[in-house]
Amino acid sequence: MGEQILLEAHAVAKHFGGVKALHDVSLTIRRGEIYGLIGPNGAGKTTFFNCLTGLYKNESGHFTFAGARLAADAPHKAAEAGIARTFQNIRLFGNMTAIENVMVGRHMRTHANVIGAITRNRATMAEEGAITRRAEELLHYVGISERAHDYAKNLSYGDQRRLEIARALATEPKLLALDEPAAGMNGTETEALRVLVEGICRDGVTVLLIEHDVKLVMGLCGRVAVLDYGEKICEDVPAVVQKDPRVIEAYLGGSVA
Amino acid sequence: MDTLLQQLINGLTLGAVYALVALGYTMVYGIIGLINFAHGEVVMIGTMVAFTVIVALAGSGLPPLLVLSIGLAVAVVVCMALGWSLERVAYRPLRGAPRLTPLITAIGMSMVLQNVAMIIWGRNYITFPPMITKHIYSVGGATFTNVQVAIVSLAALVMMALIYLVHRTRIGMAMRATAQNPHVASLMGVDINRVIAMAFVIGSALGAVAGCMVGSYYEIAHYQMGFMLGLKAFTAAVLGGIGNLAGAMAGGLLLGVIEALGAGYIGQLTGDFLGSHYQDIFAFIVLIIVLMFRPSGLFGEREGDRA
Amino acid sequence: MNGSRKKSLPWQRHWLGVLLVGAVLLAVPFVAALGGQAWVRIANFAILYVFLALGLNIVVGYAGLLDLGYVAFYAVGAYVYALLASPHFGVHLPFWVILPLGAAIACLFGMLLGAPTLKLRGDYLAIVTLGFGEIIRIFLNNLNAPINVTNGAQGITLIDPIEIGDFSFAATSTILGVEISGPQKYYFLLVALAILVIIVNVRLQDSRIGRAWQAIREDEVAAKACGINTRNIKLLAFAMGASFGGVAGGVFSAMQGFVSPESFSLMESITILAMVVLGGMGHIPGVILGAVLLTALPEVLRYGIEPLQDAVFGRMIIDPESLRMLIFGLALVLVMRFRPAGLWPSPQRRRELAESSD
Repeated sequence: MGEQILLEAHAVAKHFGGVKALHDVSLTIRRGEIYGLIGPNGAGKTTFFNCLTGLYKNESGHFTFAGARLAADAPHKAAEAGIARTFQNIRLFGNMTAIENVMVGRHMRTHANVIGAITRNRATMAEEGAITRRAEELLHYVGISERAHDYAKNLSYGDQRRLEIARALATEPKLLALDEPAAGMNGTETEALRVLVEGICRDGVTVLLIEHDVKLVMGLCGRVAVLDYGEKICEDVPAVVQKDPRVIEAYLGGSVA
Repeated sequence: MDTLLQQLINGLTLGAVYALVALGYTMVYGIIGLINFAHGEVVMIGTMVAFTVIVALAGSGLPPLLVLSIGLAVAVVVCMALGWSLERVAYRPLRGAPRLTPLITAIGMSMVLQNVAMIIWGRNYITFPPMITKHIYSVGGATFTNVQVAIVSLAALVMMALIYLVHRTRIGMAMRATAQNPHVASLMGVDINRVIAMAFVIGSALGAVAGCMVGSYYEIAHYQMGFMLGLKAFTAAVLGGIGNLAGAMAGGLLLGVIEALGAGYIGQLTGDFLGSHYQDIFAFIVLIIVLMFRPSGLFGEREGDRA
Repeated sequence: MNGSRKKSLPWQRHWLGVLLVGAVLLAVPFVAALGGQAWVRIANFAILYVFLALGLNIVVGYAGLLDLGYVAFYAVGAYVYALLASPHFGVHLPFWVILPLGAAIACLFGMLLGAPTLKLRGDYLAIVTLGFGEIIRIFLNNLNAPINVTNGAQGITLIDPIEIGDFSFAATSTILGVEISGPQKYYFLLVALAILVIIVNVRLQDSRIGRAWQAIREDEVAAKACGINTRNIKLLAFAMGASFGGVAGGVFSAMQGFVSPESFSLMESITILAMVVLGGMGHIPGVILGAVLLTALPEVLRYGIEPLQDAVFGRMIIDPESLRMLIFGLALVLVMRFRPAGLWPSPQRRRELAESSD
């Protein structure tokens, strides 16, 4: 019995003008794994992310997610299907508090409408309570409870990364896609992030990790795919990927580890 | 058939004026992202100043063409000064303020200018003194005047000069750099404040020229004339893709032609249900339709959401 | 420096202040009446503008959508009322049918305009809404031929006042021994409506929908990635704003007994927007202050300029009407110069500004 497949990319291609950013990339992510996507700068990792999460529309190819074909035209539909993401250059709602950021993440899984908000009927108030509680839990989960009422923009860099993850988790994702979460972090912060991501995976959320920090990826991921010039050049367990000559070539012929 | 040609000619004349005014909007918008609502009033002031000068010199015995040129020159200088002061006094202190703040300032300045003009020139229509004997030419059943020829050729000349300025001079390069990325431009030694001031000054000069054209075309002026003209020109700038110089020119011409054709044919199109006083709605309807299908205007760059 | 939101409602914390405000609100129409019913009408307009500005606040302040054609919805509401309760078509429906109908039609117009255009970037949306406002006004001005729908520039007269049974809002009547004039009745109706819109504003702000609006305003891409259907949520704000505009228009029609396209110029849209921004966008007390000030200022100037010029120069040097508008424009410029976040911004927004300026 093999693992169940969560996400399949089928020959996804995207170009900007004449530049091919993604060239028929296919890959498979299984439920419950931490899947790494690495590659040199400009290899198309973030473009792949943006296609997956509906920010870009891919020219050809498609994604199958949890057995259904993903409508590749609206980010909120990707989120609804169960794909949550973070951004390479952190995109929080800066002038909202940390807890409000997470509460926004609950939007899609809650229902209160305008009438409910104006009349403050029992169902709405109960739901509002549940949203607040869930947001508090998630802040606790990522370890920034004590910053709940600070404005997101006033949080430290590491805490902002964590808050972004908490906000993504609030959407109840099946797949959490992290875009370079360790960028700009020091050793201690990176280690704490590793522990957090492992915990998230253990709690049943599949993780797709784009990372520059090859060491982190190799230590964390069950399987890794390597992109170079928009093409997947390799996909395997870290130990094999590390020794693949094409990968070493892609990283300027240097050693990967 | 002759109506079509006639409307095209009229539309082209009006479009040349729109294009010049639209350039003023688009230059400022391209560089600091502000809708300079007061620009229409700058154009109006230009018309009024030119009018005053021309009336004052009308009896002096100078050749009419010289009088007109002096009127135009004075209007240009006054409007340049006005544009510069607007930026310096009203907008510059607001850099970094919330997005709507300078917009409200612009609206406030527009009211101030309009009412100052009313206090100076009164609330009645002002007729332009007939300085030039009009020649009417006729081609294929349609007619046009020497004034129209002058308007279109002067507009073309001014626009060519602008293109030269923006693409071939140092200040033009600084302007393009600032429009791309003000922060990087300033790191490269571009004096941002000077560039922004220049955008206002040049835009106002173009506005003054446009103002003189409108004045001599319709032969009347009014302190509220800047409002609709500004609105149409701004629409033209958006139509072409705001921030884009060629877009503003094309948008202006296109709008002029669409309006003229619309006014000429609306009766036929709607079975006489709607008459030519609906001329003004064409600009906006075309705008809404264009933006629905090309959200960044006809010539605007498409910008996707960057992640 | 802790940014926690106050969760308890204002009147639970400041019951004394609420009582005081209530007393003032009650006294205003009677005090104003001492100076003549004209002053009551000015007070009525101030409150009508509070209502309009708070409706627009949902669109501009909460959802961050720059709407320069708000007055179009106001006009739609006004004309729906005027056409269905006047001799123009000989139709006289009761207000409780046409006010909601006007709101619904305004809402429909809002959705028709918003659905295709709300994906546009801020300034493009501004010009599209502005154009829409102009289109509506031009139609109102010209739809008198070949079929006379709006009666063109002359407008529609003899519009029915609001009536509940035999109780007419147009006539003076005595209630509990107190004589209440028509304008004073409308005053209390308007206060009730304003309180309603204040409650709506307050309650929406701290709700799921309110948070979604704020998220969109902060970062639309991130909001989408959080699963917010940004188009629908923006459309909701737009439609709500439009509905409030429609209600305000209906009340305006009934109160004035007369509507014409002149009341719905772009200047009107701009004035309402200026109220929101000048007061303090997104901050309810600020918006109320902005609305009251911008209604009062021109009136004060109207009654102040002529005597002042008379006293100083002995005659009229400058046309009072244009001096009035000049000062109004200058006031906008000066307030924005020295209080860029508005006269009374929310504490949060004030901080945003302090941090963004270097």
